[in-house]
Amino acid sequence: MSRLEILAPNKAQVVVEGLYRDLERRIESSPPGLCPVDMTRAFLEMCHAQTCGKCVPCRIGLWQLKKLLTDVLDGKATMGTLDLMESLATAIMDSADCAIGYEAAHMVYKSLIGCREDYEEHIRQGRCTCQYSQPVPCVSLCPAHVDIPGYIALVGEGRYADAIRLIRKDNPFPTTCGFICEHPCEARCRRNMVDDAINIRGLKRMAADYAGKVPPPACAPATGKKIAVVGGGPGGLSAAYYLQLMGHEVTVFEMLPKLGGMLRYGIPNYRLPKDRLDDDINAILETGVKVEFGKRIGQDMTIQSLREEYDAVLITIGASTDKKLGIDGEQAEGVLSAVKFLRDVGKGENPDLAGQEVAVIGGGNVSMDAVRTAKRLGAKKVSIVYRRRVADMTALPAEIEGAIAEGIEVQTLMAPSRIVTDDSGHVSGIYVTPQMISKIKDGRASVRPTGEEDVLIPCRTLIVAIGQDIEYQHFEEAGVPVERGKILTQKYGGFDNIPGVFAGGDCASGPASVIKAIAAAKVVAANIDEYLGFHHEISCDVEIPEARLADRLPCGRVNMTEREACERVCDFNGVENCMTEAEAKQEASRCLRCDHFGYGIFKGGREKLW
Amino acid sequence: MVNITIDNRNISVPEGTTIMEAAASAGIPVPKLCYLKGINEIAACRVCVVELEGMDKLVTSCNNVAKEGMVVYTNSPKVRAARKRNVQLLLSQHDCKCATCVRSGNCSLQKVANDFNNIDLPFKERFEDTPWDKTFPLIRDSRKCIKCMRCIQICDKVQDLHIWDVTGTGSRTTVNVAGNKKISDVSCSLCGQCITHCPVGALRERDDTDEVWDAIADKKKIVVAQVAPAVRAAWGEALGIPLEEATIGKIMDSLKRLGIDYVFDTTFSADLTIMEEGNEFLERFTKGELRLRPMFTSCCPGWIRFIKSQYPHLVPQLSTAKSPQQMFGAVMKTYFAQSIGARPEDIFTVSVMPCVAKKGERNMELFYGEYAGHDIDAVLTTRELTRMIRSAHIDPTTLKDRECDPLMREGSGAGVIFGATGGVMEAALRTAHYLVTGKNADPDAFKAVRSPAFGTGVIEAEVQIGDATIRAAVVSGLGNTRKLIESIEHGEVHYDFVEVMACPGGCVGGGGQPIHDGQELAHERGKNLYFLDSNAKLRFSHDNPDIQKLYNDFMEKPLSHKAHMLLHTDHNAWEMPAGKTTE
Repeated sequence: MSRLEILAPNKAQVVVEGLYRDLERRIESSPPGLCPVDMTRAFLEMCHAQTCGKCVPCRIGLWQLKKLLTDVLDGKATMGTLDLMESLATAIMDSADCAIGYEAAHMVYKSLIGCREDYEEHIRQGRCTCQYSQPVPCVSLCPAHVDIPGYIALVGEGRYADAIRLIRKDNPFPTTCGFICEHPCEARCRRNMVDDAINIRGLKRMAADYAGKVPPPACAPATGKKIAVVGGGPGGLSAAYYLQLMGHEVTVFEMLPKLGGMLRYGIPNYRLPKDRLDDDINAILETGVKVEFGKRIGQDMTIQSLREEYDAVLITIGASTDKKLGIDGEQAEGVLSAVKFLRDVGKGENPDLAGQEVAVIGGGNVSMDAVRTAKRLGAKKVSIVYRRRVADMTALPAEIEGAIAEGIEVQTLMAPSRIVTDDSGHVSGIYVTPQMISKIKDGRASVRPTGEEDVLIPCRTLIVAIGQDIEYQHFEEAGVPVERGKILTQKYGGFDNIPGVFAGGDCASGPASVIKAIAAAKVVAANIDEYLGFHHEISCDVEIPEARLADRLPCGRVNMTEREACERVCDFNGVENCMTEAEAKQEASRCLRCDHFGYGIFKGGREKLW
Repeated sequence: MVNITIDNRNISVPEGTTIMEAAASAGIPVPKLCYLKGINEIAACRVCVVELEGMDKLVTSCNNVAKEGMVVYTNSPKVRAARKRNVQLLLSQHDCKCATCVRSGNCSLQKVANDFNNIDLPFKERFEDTPWDKTFPLIRDSRKCIKCMRCIQICDKVQDLHIWDVTGTGSRTTVNVAGNKKISDVSCSLCGQCITHCPVGALRERDDTDEVWDAIADKKKIVVAQVAPAVRAAWGEALGIPLEEATIGKIMDSLKRLGIDYVFDTTFSADLTIMEEGNEFLERFTKGELRLRPMFTSCCPGWIRFIKSQYPHLVPQLSTAKSPQQMFGAVMKTYFAQSIGARPEDIFTVSVMPCVAKKGERNMELFYGEYAGHDIDAVLTTRELTRMIRSAHIDPTTLKDRECDPLMREGSGAGVIFGATGGVMEAALRTAHYLVTGKNADPDAFKAVRSPAFGTGVIEAEVQIGDATIRAAVVSGLGNTRKLIESIEHGEVHYDFVEVMACPGGCVGGGGQPIHDGQELAHERGKNLYFLDSNAKLRFSHDNPDIQKLYNDFMEKPLSHKAHMLLHTDHNAWEMPAGKTTE
């Protein structure tokens, strides 16, 4: 007789483990707009199936909670039911023995408090306020609502130029976004339910690389209206593009020597090669947009002067000033903001970092750009200094991985304390206070000092990448409402008290992404057009291929490859390789075409114009 | 052309043809439920699935196109199994009390379920019970709705009123009035197009037949009926009477056999409408009141509800003339009552209409001397009439042609074509020409306003009447109407006189007409009315001797004070629920 035995998982458990993973992926691609009451009921059902059955609150309480929730859904509940549910959930939270019970009740409790209006609507009207209005997940999650299934199908057929035309209907920066878009579109891709999200950005890059030069569409007949756009970044240029297509005459005022804003002076060449950025900008300029370089608002012209000369004024100045650490020694030589550092490099004024130790404060994408740029400028050692953990960094995981692969040091759980200088007043290092991860507040882990001594990180250059602000002084003086470092517009992008003036992009939203700036540009372009008394529509006559009829068999996602780290750190050339045509065709064929299959064919599947 | 194989037959179809259409062209009608060509191609019911060679998953034939080399099986074991299951699932949420359903025998679900030999249902039933105001002329039975979404699509795409929407999510997803509102609180035009495009009995008109039976049974009531022009073009369809035999005379016979005391043809009051509206138009035109905006016809109550809710500022542009239904009611309770020595309150007026909105219109009040009531007491749709005939177990083959009762017996061909889009305009132009020139034009002189085919948007015509050029437009369908009004309001077009009918194709395609799933019969029925007109002995409303007698003996002349009291209305006397539903 054996005393112990090696446990082999039984077949059913293996299958259930697989189902857990299926469910995880399924939740990840859950469509927006579902009824919170119904979803809570469904979650609770699963939670209840997890109970071991030992304890009363979990075994019976969760079941009773589910019954009450079902009553709400079936229109059989009263307001008293909600009170009973709340008190029952509290009792389970207070008295259940393990997390299976109290966390399940907590979910219901959070839903009950946070979605109270929905519960009440079910009780009072017997109906749900929720609606499934955006059935194509990628399109609805793309801030600019680009027709993603459409261009994926075009790429799949090798119709790259048509793909670019279709993308430009909603986004005049197809190449740029092919390289650096944060691709929120991929987050809830329904293909996740099968295997993995489609590589949407990669397919856009494919279209951009293979399309060749694609001229913009013709402009509508001239309206004679003149519009000033202040700031030639992605938001300003996108708005200029659409307004010019609508037949207006647009002039962009740019303070720097070239167009592109943060795309040129913030994002390093290795991520977005400038000649590729120019592909987008040249197409925009081809519509006839005029540009005046070296013009800074508040110095060379004012909102008032522009209002007098133009029929409408759009402010898209971005967020190009830096946030300060607010610690001793910040004024020392060798301490600079990531914005300035990257802008200098973007202008071709490369600082000499050869052989230096460089530290970069911050864990966002700008921080990654700064460290990888410093590395390419010959720095001996480059460190990211971050107060939380790698998992808490806001930078895209791929950027963090890329940086680490290029030999960047990551000093986590280190909060800046004070900057030390040498005799000449130049920075020589930064003292950081060791931190430990602590309680989760508002969904984010906080940190607290461990109580250990401060640690010195020696550096000759210290780059601060902890956020950006706008230069708002002039706007405040001009009567444009500014709040918490942002221009405060109405939802339509304008101001009720200053007709004809609009704002959008980072300066109105706070530092965000290219695609959000483009989305804001669509909004203000449409509203400026309406303000000027027109109703031009932007459309695209590219015919979209019929959805392919074939089984969607599970198939791996094509990821982008990168040049070898040891090679790429020696230059500023692009890091990422495009997919091959065979890969693109396969990747495109993975698309489930939610515009044709599912709710998309009924409602909200395709907006042909805006 | 694309070559495909369907059920082992090689066929060739133009590129872009759906698999369903390709199969149909080879004589293979693939079963379907939710599909409605051009309106609802959403592949929701999954009944039209077919198998493609080389593919595991079935595909819907309604919204996927045939591709070169495709090998399709429309009746493979896999297809049959899935199709049958899906129908069983629908039946598990459809209240199959067919015996009490107005659509029994004309129900697409019933047919499909029967065809698939669904005898024992393996699933538990669960019906959705949503409250509904049963006094409203449009009734929705949530227990019967199969969520095909056609009602939503018709109201969105054809009528552009967006009354219906998907509500709820997940397993509780259903159809209801948009924006969580009550039907009585939204701007429903009552056109009834959602009813005629519902594949099952989830949508219907309020049944008013019992009220009529009660009136017939009431010895004190004199029941007086009228039958709208469009009814004659469609009633036979529901009773299996061939078109050429389904005459208006037989409707009159059936009404008499139901027990109705006096029977009339609404073409009489259509002629009367022309006298009032034609004169009103000429007066407003001559006074220059139509230089900015046209005069709109007022005979379609769906349109009246539409303009009042969507474009209230245009209500003054409506003709003040009552619709033929209401005019007839007023005349029945006054002129006619007088002639038989009865009081208005002794008369119970019934109208048989191709229309659901007429049930709403009948709420309009009538005041005459001591009398305060309604022009019309009950409105039956064509469908309700046929149901009454069936319930009275009248054998349709025994029906004989019977003349209308005297006094208001005559009706012109101009009145008959009121039932088709463009008919009111043509009839009005015939009389306007006479009123201006003193001579009758060729009766077919204004046929440019006739619709060339179903689905025609706006028909425009410039007609010369005497020295004046009249710019006329005819439109049917409320989506088309909205577009037309927008272009008028944007100054892109200008007309003097515009005829609007809420239902595509006019009253012949009305929401109260017999239902044929998947077929649009308005144009075909309209042809019948034009045929009747071309063979009519009277072609002009003003030539109708009974109309002339009415004016001589009672109304004095068109637009007289009495005519204004009885034959015209104040469109502002009642309110539509406020606000657009589209916002």
